Amino acid sequence: MPKWFSPAVLVCGLMFVVSPFVIANAPYESTMGLVQKIFYYHMPSAWMFLTASLICGVASARFLATGTARYDRTAWASAEMAVLFGLLTLVTGPLWARRAWGTWWVWDARITSSLVGWMIAWAYLILRRYGGPGSEKLAAGLALFGMANVPFIYVSVNYWRTIHPATTVVPTLPFSMGFPLLFCLTAFLMLFVLLMKLRVRVALEQSRLDDIYLALDEQRL
Amino acid sequence: MLRAIWLIVRKDLTVEVRSREIAYTTLFFAVACVLVFAFSLVQEGRAAEGVGPGVLWMAIMFAGNLALGRTFERERQAETLRALLLAPAPRPAVYLGKLTGIVVLLAVTEAVLVPLVALLFQARLLAHPFWLAAVVATGTIGFAAVGTVFAAMLVRARSRDVLLPVLLYPITVPVIIAGVRATLALVQPDFNASLVQFWLALLVAFDVVFVTLALWTFEPVMTD
Repeated sequence: MPKWFSPAVLVCGLMFVVSPFVIANAPYESTMGLVQKIFYYHMPSAWMFLTASLICGVASARFLATGTARYDRTAWASAEMAVLFGLLTLVTGPLWARRAWGTWWVWDARITSSLVGWMIAWAYLILRRYGGPGSEKLAAGLALFGMANVPFIYVSVNYWRTIHPATTVVPTLPFSMGFPLLFCLTAFLMLFVLLMKLRVRVALEQSRLDDIYLALDEQRL
Repeated sequence: MLRAIWLIVRKDLTVEVRSREIAYTTLFFAVACVLVFAFSLVQEGRAAEGVGPGVLWMAIMFAGNLALGRTFERERQAETLRALLLAPAPRPAVYLGKLTGIVVLLAVTEAVLVPLVALLFQARLLAHPFWLAAVVATGTIGFAAVGTVFAAMLVRARSRDVLLPVLLYPITVPVIIAGVRATLALVQPDFNASLVQFWLALLVAFDVVFVTLALWTFEPVMTD
């Protein structure tokens, strides 16, 4: 692991410990009150979910095009990140929506495409786990199809009705709300990078171990 | 290229016409599905408003999943998929041939499903037959375009029977949304052509994008 890894883990852990206090100090939003503070965790996890899905799709496309195992490991790791951060997004979202909109779930474009994207990430992992040998190319194809699918879901659901706030609200936030948001965003980004690094490393060690086993088998023969 | 596609379609259809295995099982399964929906959704002799289109598309997707699985299972059992891939035909031609075969098979199933759903759910599905044909055809092509790649890729995978729907249904969500919405617009008493056109355009775009992607991915995923 690189030298910066352990200090970065420490900093990231500290940021998550401090983040509730930073969020508590942020002002109350005028109409939603306390429940709006979920936003400081909801949006960063949603962005990390989106980043992970994009990395998974792009890495899969490159793996299909080049056949380099490195891209495959990246895709696998980011699919796991997508499932994790997607879960955080899909749990914090309804909690907020229940108070803000009065309902747990709405069939809104962004929410529906997140749900389907999350399901595709799950399908990817299920395929990797239970697909048997040769499933990595299959999974890469799935990730590629999944990425191409998202705009279609977005447009089709958008044609009904959308009440989810647009992300254009972010640059207009006052500093007192913008700072906690940036703080949490940084913490989530660090967590994402660290987990990703760790997961890719594990996958690399696994493939090395497999190579060693294969080499041993050949020697015995 | 066109000749290779035609030969593969002819081969699949000849096998099917002789055994009729997949056509009969798929058709019977689709009818059984519609009956199950009818028993659970029709109350006091009347179906709830606007249920028909949803039932039609669910039956198409369930039956399609079954047909896709069986088509490639047959190739696997006889080890003929390997022969097909070794044949001097370009991979995209193999894909397009398989896709055409499945679309034809599903079209036969749909020809029975549409009147059946219209009858059991009192839906005016046949009010605009040409529009309905366009919607069902584009939807089926989109569904089968994705399904053919996945079913072909899964031939060598373990637990492929369960994995096919797990992979296929999330990806084809836009097909079911657009298909159901367009069909729903068709059965309304006041027909709104622009609404149907929007969904039809979305389905056509889906078909174009996913057939292109499938043609590109079929080569790398089916090689090794």
